[in-house]
Amino acid sequence: MTATLPRATRNGALSRQRVHVDAVMLEARAAELAKRSIKTSAKVAGIDIAIRCTDLTTLEGKDSEGRVRSLCAKAVVPRPGWSDVPSVAAVCVYPNLVAVAKSALAGTGVKVASVATSFPSGLVDLDVKLADTAQAIAAGADEIDMVIDRGAFLAGHEDLVFDEISAIKNLCGDVHLKVILETGELGSYEAMRHASDLALEAGADFIKSSTGKVGTNATYPTALVMCEALRDFYRRTGEKRGLKLAGGIRTTKQALTYLVIVNETLGESWLRPELFRLGASSLLDDLLMQLEKERTGHYAGADYIPKD
Amino acid sequence: MATAFAYAPAPERVRPHLRERYGLFIDGKWVSPKSERYMETINPADETKIAEVAYGDAEDVDRAVRAARKGFERWSKLTAADRAKYIYRIARAITERSRELAVLESLDGGKPIRESRDFDIPTSAAHFFYYAGWADKLEWAVRAGHVAKPIGVCGQIVPWNFPLLMAAWKLAPALACGNTVVLKPAETTPLTALALAQIIAEADIPPGVVNVVTGDGSTGAALVDHDGVDKIAFTGSTDVGKIIQRRIAGTGKRLTLELGGKAANVVFEDAPLDQAIEGIVQGIYFNQGHVCCAGSRLLVEESVHDDIVARLTDRIQTLRLGDPLDKNTDIGAINSLPQLEKIRELVSSGIEQGATFVQAECELPKRGYFFPASFFTNVQTSHRIAREEIFGPVLAIITFRTPDEAIEKANNTPYGLSAGVWTAEGSKNMWIAQHLRAGVVWCNTFNKFDPSSPFGGYKESGFGREGGVHGLHEYLALA
Repeated sequence: MTATLPRATRNGALSRQRVHVDAVMLEARAAELAKRSIKTSAKVAGIDIAIRCTDLTTLEGKDSEGRVRSLCAKAVVPRPGWSDVPSVAAVCVYPNLVAVAKSALAGTGVKVASVATSFPSGLVDLDVKLADTAQAIAAGADEIDMVIDRGAFLAGHEDLVFDEISAIKNLCGDVHLKVILETGELGSYEAMRHASDLALEAGADFIKSSTGKVGTNATYPTALVMCEALRDFYRRTGEKRGLKLAGGIRTTKQALTYLVIVNETLGESWLRPELFRLGASSLLDDLLMQLEKERTGHYAGADYIPKD
Repeated sequence: MATAFAYAPAPERVRPHLRERYGLFIDGKWVSPKSERYMETINPADETKIAEVAYGDAEDVDRAVRAARKGFERWSKLTAADRAKYIYRIARAITERSRELAVLESLDGGKPIRESRDFDIPTSAAHFFYYAGWADKLEWAVRAGHVAKPIGVCGQIVPWNFPLLMAAWKLAPALACGNTVVLKPAETTPLTALALAQIIAEADIPPGVVNVVTGDGSTGAALVDHDGVDKIAFTGSTDVGKIIQRRIAGTGKRLTLELGGKAANVVFEDAPLDQAIEGIVQGIYFNQGHVCCAGSRLLVEESVHDDIVARLTDRIQTLRLGDPLDKNTDIGAINSLPQLEKIRELVSSGIEQGATFVQAECELPKRGYFFPASFFTNVQTSHRIAREEIFGPVLAIITFRTPDEAIEKANNTPYGLSAGVWTAEGSKNMWIAQHLRAGVVWCNTFNKFDPSSPFGGYKESGFGREGGVHGLHEYLALA
């Protein structure tokens, strides 16, 4: 098989060859996948996967220790009384709340993810980014969600972006690194694809679509183009890397569509928390509502679902 | 551990109104055939009988043509705005009944409900909407100084691959221009044309303006031969098109033919490859490959051949073959047993002639006519599978090295209906498109249709255009 992908050179620089992406057919394929009809047993299975793969997130300026503890309780037991509803994959917080989350989640298997590298803009020097990341790791973070420098990427300084990712990955070691591309700021699907390739080459364990802090977050075509990058990386290296979609994912319908896109592009083996995450805050409530509907035939009132 | 995410059955539950037996629709009324004969129409997905439809013989065709002649006197004298009003009614009724029509189309023809729901039915309605808008603007469709007049009675013979859509392509411009019609649906897929006749009856369209005569090839032949017909419009095989052209020679009847194809889908190494794969899939597996403009010859630049083949091999494995009425089905049933046998025969010839056969592995339903998505590599341009229209989900992959060679191979066919080009380079796209001898060239996409865009062939793919302002000219006499 002939690979037409960028390859990392010895000094970490990337060749400028880009994989072409055409918006018309990409969007047509995403729209086609969004029309899959996921009902009954498939819907229940999909909801279960979506819960297992959720990064329950709170990233607000007003976040407090109490708020994080409450979120952690929900992450472990999303639906009190239904013991077969799984815990979510992780709780995602700012660095200075990592310790709180870590102690709240001790022994539960739910991971602590921390945004870092001056989330969400990433517009500080590398040493500050490293310090930010080091603090989160020291406080016990199992996973780091870093942002790329979109300004540098759009200005053509791809080596800088690559090197920053490499540096953070070096610091992370075994700590799982998710690289946020902030696709809503990249301007084209081809740029999203290129940023995905770059992040994977630089050592990202996961590529992640969005911070949730800009106008456009994860979309179906965005998810598809990122899946295509992961698929090509796997074809080329034999290594499965992960995908995290975030921002604006509120409904079960959206979550199931993302599962369909991953399922039909990367395969069902990707539908597990080691390789797939949905970053969301309110999605879990809708998943639980829809699960209740499938189990009992009617929707429960929103008050039956604990607020975090 | 991965949880099973197998899609549960998602059948479309709307059941269309079906009669046990359908008559002919002539002069605004449902009538029994003079032939006193009926044919069965079956569901190709399970081989069960759906309904009986009338067999129209020469006498029935004569009745229909006479009704159309009488209807023409009235229809051609209506104000253009009134004609438009009636055509808009048809368009709205199709939209209102779209779910029922989609089920009917999939039931009778075997195509996935996803396609009949999202493509056939909405595009059919769009054609009526589009040409309704033209009815009172015909003077702008012809050169200044000319007056646009209708031709008269049109005999329209449509195929089984897009039954309602092909009827819409033909009826909408004919009616907008003031002509009347005798429509002959395909033998294996008459039901949506009959549903359309019912819509037309309920829309109060004057009697005789649209007549629907079901039957087989002999019915079509009677229509072609009838003295009272002023124009024949035919979509179908090139063989039958040639017969029609011979039979009407010297009669003064006008003719448009939309015939077969063996379209080249040309992929360059700098193409957006993942999107090209989608275009290839769309080009050859859409409607089980029962598409006259299907991209059935894939011309791939040698440097990306192995990559494309690897990607396509994986992709066809994700196509879901099965019950056409399941909303998640991608590949439905082959339209008829003879068509399935034709596909099998051509596939055997490909294997015998030395091409390499690749087919999606999937379980076939126990009953019904199915054929999994397939393609051939190592195809020589002399192989039958590279020259003959298979009209099934079977692609022939051929390589090229230079743009000139791509054009030479793409044009090396008696057909010329459509083509596709895949490259990220705009200037190359334009250059290739200019040199392809095909009626439609899609750049970085495939099988895109719009009522405003003309469609038709070069060479043995036929002549005349359907769609757009060009489509009007086929139904107008200039005075």
